[in-house]
Amino acid sequence: MQIYLPVAELSANWLLLLGLGGGVGLLSGLFGVGGGFLMTPLLIFIGVPPAIAVGSEAAQIVGASVSGALAHWRRNNVDFRMGFVLLAGGLFGSTIGVQVFALLRKAGQVELIIALAYVVILGAIGSLMLVESVRAMRRQRLTGSTRRGKLHQHTWLHGLPLKMRFPKSKLYISALLPFAVGAFVGLLAALMGVGGGFIMVPAMIYLLGMPTSVVVGTSLFQIVFVTANVTFLQAWQNQTVDMVLAVLLLVGGVVGAQFGARLGQKLRGEQLRGLMALLVLGVAIKLAVDLVVTPQDAFSLGGGRAH
Amino acid sequence: MSRAARAAALLLALLLACARDAAAQPLVADLSSHEISITTGFSGTELLLFGATEGEGDIVVVVRGPAGPATVRRKSRVLGIWINTDSVRFEGVPSFYRVASSRPLDQVGTPGMRQRHQIGVGAVSARPPEGTSPERLAEFRDGLVRAKLREGLWNDVPGQVSFMGPKLFRTTISFPPNVPTGIYNVEVFLVKDGREIGAQTAPMRVKKTGIGARIYDFAHRHAAAHGLVAVLIALAAGWAASAAFRRS
Repeated sequence: MQIYLPVAELSANWLLLLGLGGGVGLLSGLFGVGGGFLMTPLLIFIGVPPAIAVGSEAAQIVGASVSGALAHWRRNNVDFRMGFVLLAGGLFGSTIGVQVFALLRKAGQVELIIALAYVVILGAIGSLMLVESVRAMRRQRLTGSTRRGKLHQHTWLHGLPLKMRFPKSKLYISALLPFAVGAFVGLLAALMGVGGGFIMVPAMIYLLGMPTSVVVGTSLFQIVFVTANVTFLQAWQNQTVDMVLAVLLLVGGVVGAQFGARLGQKLRGEQLRGLMALLVLGVAIKLAVDLVVTPQDAFSLGGGRAH
Repeated sequence: MSRAARAAALLLALLLACARDAAAQPLVADLSSHEISITTGFSGTELLLFGATEGEGDIVVVVRGPAGPATVRRKSRVLGIWINTDSVRFEGVPSFYRVASSRPLDQVGTPGMRQRHQIGVGAVSARPPEGTSPERLAEFRDGLVRAKLREGLWNDVPGQVSFMGPKLFRTTISFPPNVPTGIYNVEVFLVKDGREIGAQTAPMRVKKTGIGARIYDFAHRHAAAHGLVAVLIALAAGWAASAAFRRS
């Protein structure tokens, strides 16, 4: 049952890894998210070094997103023009992120920054989602139908220069906006080992004002290339990509996602979002507690092994 | 040949050798194998060390993995959260350490002798940077030992060297799944009245073999190419896995 992970240099139970991949895949199929934000912390909990967890998880997300991206492309659900602007930002952000990662690793602070990033981002996203889904559920109970607010509000964001037309999304906005969104998500992808769909999708809907029909396809398109960039750079500069680990998680994940997607069709949207919010908050709280609770031993060996 | 059979054969050969050279050498010992191969299914292993002594005494076995630098970090509380705030880099620290003895370590030899031969975790070499204060050194050295014990790479409870009759002894040395690769040094001491009256060293090697070794080499020697291949494998595996699932 044990398999030696050659780059991580540790031996793990391959059934456990397949199961983890399957479990997270099930949830990601159910909620329509990539699952990187669950997988990376889980890998760290079972003893995979954080740097290896982040690098290998990026490779897993490439594989997990490619079939979805292709499917949306076939159904013509990708705004390529928007996708390329997001991607340009994403490549910029993730390349910087990998350099920052290497510096943090040398300084012995990479675990801390990964954990803090998770606590802050997941805490914020989880709380927003929870509030939103509770409101939606309450509203539905009152009026019997879900209603959405005004989609297209004009703010200072629309006064930015470099305006660009995105016919597919029916938008005329500054290219700086999607570039910045892409760069921010790319940075997080490199630091946290996530695809960033859970930030990208809300940002596309609420910040950019894109129609929901092209949001998921465009986000997947961008995620494939950004996580491919992260995988390449992490492997090249930090040697922290373990392909044996990534492929095991990937196989479990693809199978799990198929079941999750079927299960998801039987549940209502607000309930799903509520459950998802609780899950996201749960991970954030667990990581926050680990940061605050007095460690069993204040001393640790760190900074990566000397190769 | 199974490991046990091989060990038995070696033991027999050794006995014959002992009978011949008994007068010449106070101590003869050998390992059941001088090489550990980390294969894809590797989940740790054990080696048998056995030997014979001429005359009475205690046997101490010390196994050390390749030495290198080790950075020990200390966390302290900053604004409510625990952050690495201090570190000491030790040089010449064995990546792996095992000790085994026929009697409790404090009853074998003298403190000076144990320090000299790195017998017991307290005596394992770890050179601090110059100018480290004694209190700070003690704290960080203890931290290093605890971290190594947690990883299962050092042991503080000595293994048992058992005698079969007055002259033959044996012990097993266990290697965890995360055993570091490189050249190991196995030392066997015969100690009597606080002095070592015989010593023998045997080198040993831990290496990766098979596909795992090749992947590791590729990932470290051709990191950029490995990155490209990793992306391609991820793309292909993701596409293939979902295609296979859709068809079935």
